[in-house]
Amino acid sequence: MRNVWLIAKRELGVYLRTPAGYLITAGLLLLDGLAFNVFGVGSSPKLSSAVLQDYLYFAFGLTSVAAILISMRLIAEERQTGTLTLLFTSPVKEHEIILAKFGSALVFVTVMNLLTIYIPLLIFVNGKVSIGHIAAGYLGLTLQAATVLAIGVFGSAISWNQLMAGVVTALIVALLVLLWMVARVTEPPLNKIISYLALFQGHFQSFQRGILRVSDLIFYASIIFFALLASTRVLQSQRWR
Amino acid sequence: MIVVDRVTKYYGSACAVRDLSFSIEEGQCIGFLGLNGAGKSTTLRLLSCLLLPTSGRVTIRGLDVEESPDEIRKFIGYLPDTPPLYGEMTVEQFLSFAGRLRGMSADDVNHRMDEVLAVCALKEVRKKAVSALSHGYKQRVGIAQAIIHRPALLILDEPLQGLDPVQIVEMREMIRGLRGKHTILLSTHMLAEIEQTCDRILMLSRGRIAAEGSEEDLANRFGHAGATLELDVRGEADAVRLALEGVGGVKVTDVTATGQMLRVRVSTEGEVREEIAKRIVDAGLGLRGFRTSSAGLENIFVRLSKETESAPSAANAPAASEEAPS
Repeated sequence: MRNVWLIAKRELGVYLRTPAGYLITAGLLLLDGLAFNVFGVGSSPKLSSAVLQDYLYFAFGLTSVAAILISMRLIAEERQTGTLTLLFTSPVKEHEIILAKFGSALVFVTVMNLLTIYIPLLIFVNGKVSIGHIAAGYLGLTLQAATVLAIGVFGSAISWNQLMAGVVTALIVALLVLLWMVARVTEPPLNKIISYLALFQGHFQSFQRGILRVSDLIFYASIIFFALLASTRVLQSQRWR
Repeated sequence: MIVVDRVTKYYGSACAVRDLSFSIEEGQCIGFLGLNGAGKSTTLRLLSCLLLPTSGRVTIRGLDVEESPDEIRKFIGYLPDTPPLYGEMTVEQFLSFAGRLRGMSADDVNHRMDEVLAVCALKEVRKKAVSALSHGYKQRVGIAQAIIHRPALLILDEPLQGLDPVQIVEMREMIRGLRGKHTILLSTHMLAEIEQTCDRILMLSRGRIAAEGSEEDLANRFGHAGATLELDVRGEADAVRLALEGVGGVKVTDVTATGQMLRVRVSTEGEVREEIAKRIVDAGLGLRGFRTSSAGLENIFVRLSKETESAPSAANAPAASEEAPS
């Protein structure tokens, strides 16, 4: 854990010492605010819970994009600049590198998301939504961010540069989000399996509605675990090449 | 300390090093010399636990690199040809990170920091971001990160690459200063560097050891390739030529006036140094300096490289074109 903390601390420092972290945060806050005003509040009267659900719908997309932007550099940048050699020639295990990268990025995205908490609080103060609904929605956003980051770590591990890492991650995430379309045109029982894998329709929607289901938690945890495991295996194979 | 036993390394179907065997004693400074693609970096990466050999065995301090890589990594300091630096950190932050990554405690790093900054002449830039440093300073930070944890084995891959002449001299002094504290493996294609820094030379060509030994050993063994001597003489150029005219196997190749002095380069065959000195003094000329020129090593190096390339025998077959064993 010592090495995980060391590497994670350095990673967090990158967000604070370079403009990238501030730019992504500013972008997310601006777009979340806009989405809330334009699509959440809108011009026609709505129930408070519908406003919150609409806001969470857009926050799902924006958080996913922010997580892709943050994760694309995690390993690919180290490979491009040659600093991966420093980690590879140190007594550090591959899973420690992966956990540190993932953990630091998750902390950063979570802090970013928490900065947007004023939006649901506005609904809470001026309307009628439960704290539980807000908490479930933000737990869903955090799990979504963690899933995209884990996939992003994998994309970054298999890519030679950051751009390629971003594209690979975006493609995998887009595929997982859009699987519900594939489920529509496939026969049972295959469509059930495919729709189970769909990120938004299959799992985030319940968080969006303020419902906490163990099956959704297990789904997100499984994707995160397998993406991180695959990333570790990729690093292990690259370390000796 | 290091035993490399019949190591071969393939990248796909291309062979980078073939049947390499050598051993290195603790405390030595070894120079790996070779043309681009000779296998220097691959050999150093094998010793740094960055590559696994396709066949053969590498042991460092009795530990096998395949079986105990993490143990070995604790006592290795490695500077690749491009220094691995985090630009957004200050020099101190980066060195502290590198030290702690190699298992040092925070207190130990703090105690060691001033010493390393002094050895690498980095004190004045300790608070600067690494990205703001010049190439020469970045190279020094690269060495500093490699020595911060007091590694027994220090591996420097082309540490002088891209440095200007002043920086080269400073870096050479720094590396010399590290001798005795670490076993040093240094790769370069700068012959002067090897001559002035290393105890022993391993000449690689096409993934094989073409020759090994001290500069003197090589000169003795491959002496017929001709050593080149450099003399600093006070006097006239014609008088120098005349004085050396009768010495067997000696040919004056170049005479350059440097102020009141002459720099004379002579190619020689066999051991003729005493005779040359005697002739110069007997001719009434002032002999101010006398050294083996890097061109001596250069001659041996060029000859051995050509021999290895032109010998298509089983032992010296062009390795890179051969197929990997299935």
